[in-house]
Parts: sequence; C-alpha cells; structure tokens
Amino acid sequence: MNAPELIAEPLVIGGRSYRSRLLVGTGKYRDFAETRAAIDASGAEIITVAIRRVNIGQNAGEPSLLEYLPPSQFTILPNTAGCHTAKDAVRTLRLARELLDGHSLVKLEVLANDETLFPNMPETLVAAKELVADGFQVMVYCTDDPVQARVLEEIGCAAVMPLASLIGSGMGILNPWNLEIIIDRATVPVLVDAGIGTASDAAVAMEMGCDAVLMNTAIAKAKNPLLMASAMKKAVEAGREAFLAGRMPKKIYQGSPSSPTEGKIS
Amino acid sequence: MLELQINGRPQQIPPGSNVASLIATLHLEGRRYAIELNGEIVPKSRHAATTLNHGDQLEVVIAVGGG
Repeated sequence: MNAPELIAEPLVIGGRSYRSRLLVGTGKYRDFAETRAAIDASGAEIITVAIRRVNIGQNAGEPSLLEYLPPSQFTILPNTAGCHTAKDAVRTLRLARELLDGHSLVKLEVLANDETLFPNMPETLVAAKELVADGFQVMVYCTDDPVQARVLEEIGCAAVMPLASLIGSGMGILNPWNLEIIIDRATVPVLVDAGIGTASDAAVAMEMGCDAVLMNTAIAKAKNPLLMASAMKKAVEAGREAFLAGRMPKKIYQGSPSSPTEGKIS
Repeated sequence: MLELQINGRPQQIPPGSNVASLIATLHLEGRRYAIELNGEIVPKSRHAATTLNHGDQLEVVIAVGGG
C-alpha cells in the first residue's frame, strides 16, 4: 500500500469504521459548550459518557450533555466509572443501552478502589463475560498485564484498553514493555486508556502500534483545553504515521553521518 | 398519595401514576433517560403501561460528562 492508503486505513471496532484514532471523555470541562468545542478540536468520533442518577427537580429545563453531543453526530461510549463490582457495572450498562436506544458498544471499567482507580480485574472478567453473553460489544479498561488482556480477548471483548498509568494522573506510559507485548499478541484493537498527560505520550503510544488512544483529563485539565485537543489530534496522527512508516533501527553505540564522507575539503 | 423511592429519595405521587406520567412531572420529556423499576429496566415502549405502586424503588438515570 502507498502512504495515503496506509494512513486512510480506518480504526475498526465492533464492525464499525472510524477515521479518528483519538477517543475522548466528556468529564471535567467547565461547561457543555467547552466540552463540545474541545471534542470538535480533537476530531474524535467516539466519546465516553458516564451514567448517573438525574437530580430530581433540580435541573428542569437545563440543557443536557447529549444535546451538545448528539448520538446522531458521535458514537457515544457509555462507561461504568465508579463501579466497584461486576454487578453494578452490568446494571449500569444495561441502563445505558436502554438510554441509547439499544446501542451496544460500551466501555467497561470496574475499579478496585477510589484512591488509585486501578482496575479490579477479577470483577472486570466476570462483568466482561456477562456483557458479551448479553450481546454487548465491550471495550475494556484493564491492567497492562498481557495475560489479563489475552483472557479478555478470549472472552470476546471488542477492544482491550490497558492503562498507561493511573486514571487522571497524567504520568504517561509507565510500562512500555508490557504494552508492547499486549500489542504484539492482540488480535483485537488495543487502546491506551488512562494516564496520558501530554501530546508526546499519545504519540509514543501510537508509535508503539496502539490502534487508538482514549483520554479525558489530559485535554479537559490543560490550561487551554481546545489547544490541547488540537495537539492530541496531531500527536495521534503523527504517531500513527510514524508507526506505519516504520522507524529506523536504533544504533546505540555507533553514530552514522547523514552527509557524504567522500569529497571533504580537508 | 403513593410513596415511593426515586433515586434513593422518598417521593409522593398521585395514585394511578405510571412511569410516563411521572416522567412528565420530572420535566424529562424529550431528553434521553432510562428507568429501572425495582431492579428491572422498563423499556420506553412500556412507560405508559407501567403503573407505579406504593413502595416502588425507581431509578432515573441520564448521561453525564465522564471519561
């Protein structure tokens, strides 16, 4: 394939194709207008949302998130943020499916505790099995453990999403070696989810061969979210192109001049 | 009046209310929401036909910003 064909190859998740390889969350913004503007700047087509109780009697007539981000324009990816058990996660996503008229692509995350937000993998596996059996297409947040990623794939998850580092930490990719094993072995899309801090983190993930990157705080909590959204869009595209191009071999101990060694004047 | 729990809080509603009439009083018409009644999802097509009873536990959820 030539370069334009390579670059144009879409991200395919759950049988649907996407041009953008950047998925973004909708939390932590100042207001819905800023959320929408940042998402437009990011070029993201898949956006995550949380499912919460409505405040009875407190928000009559107030605009809602999905008025700013209609499902007709975006693929809405409901998450299970805040769920600590498989039971709660499955219940939340069944409500999400009803809310989104039968939409089955979801983000599963079952958290171990509120301090680290580390995934609770035993509960995640139970929930993934139940959701897949119930017809959901499950994109699953997980530890960067290649064995867990493989098990989730065998269960039938549509994508595995290992953390780069803790949710909202902005610490970047802390274990590139594990991530590389997951990417090498996986037959479903691998997304880095959580821990991206700035554009270079996203570029590194894509250069390693991740199929896409999911982030929220890195954009929403930048001083200028719109500018960071634009930066992330470029970083993901640049990282993807660098991956497709295939980097030069590293030469650790030997420099190699780029200019001719013949014909020097002295 | 019937007393039931909506999103974990006690609420009084007129006898004979159904899910659809309750939604109208919550100003949720035209918005996207999902309803769970005593642990079971009530599909949109069943809202008008689902009568509410004393002691029912109702969950009303919407999509909010999240990552």
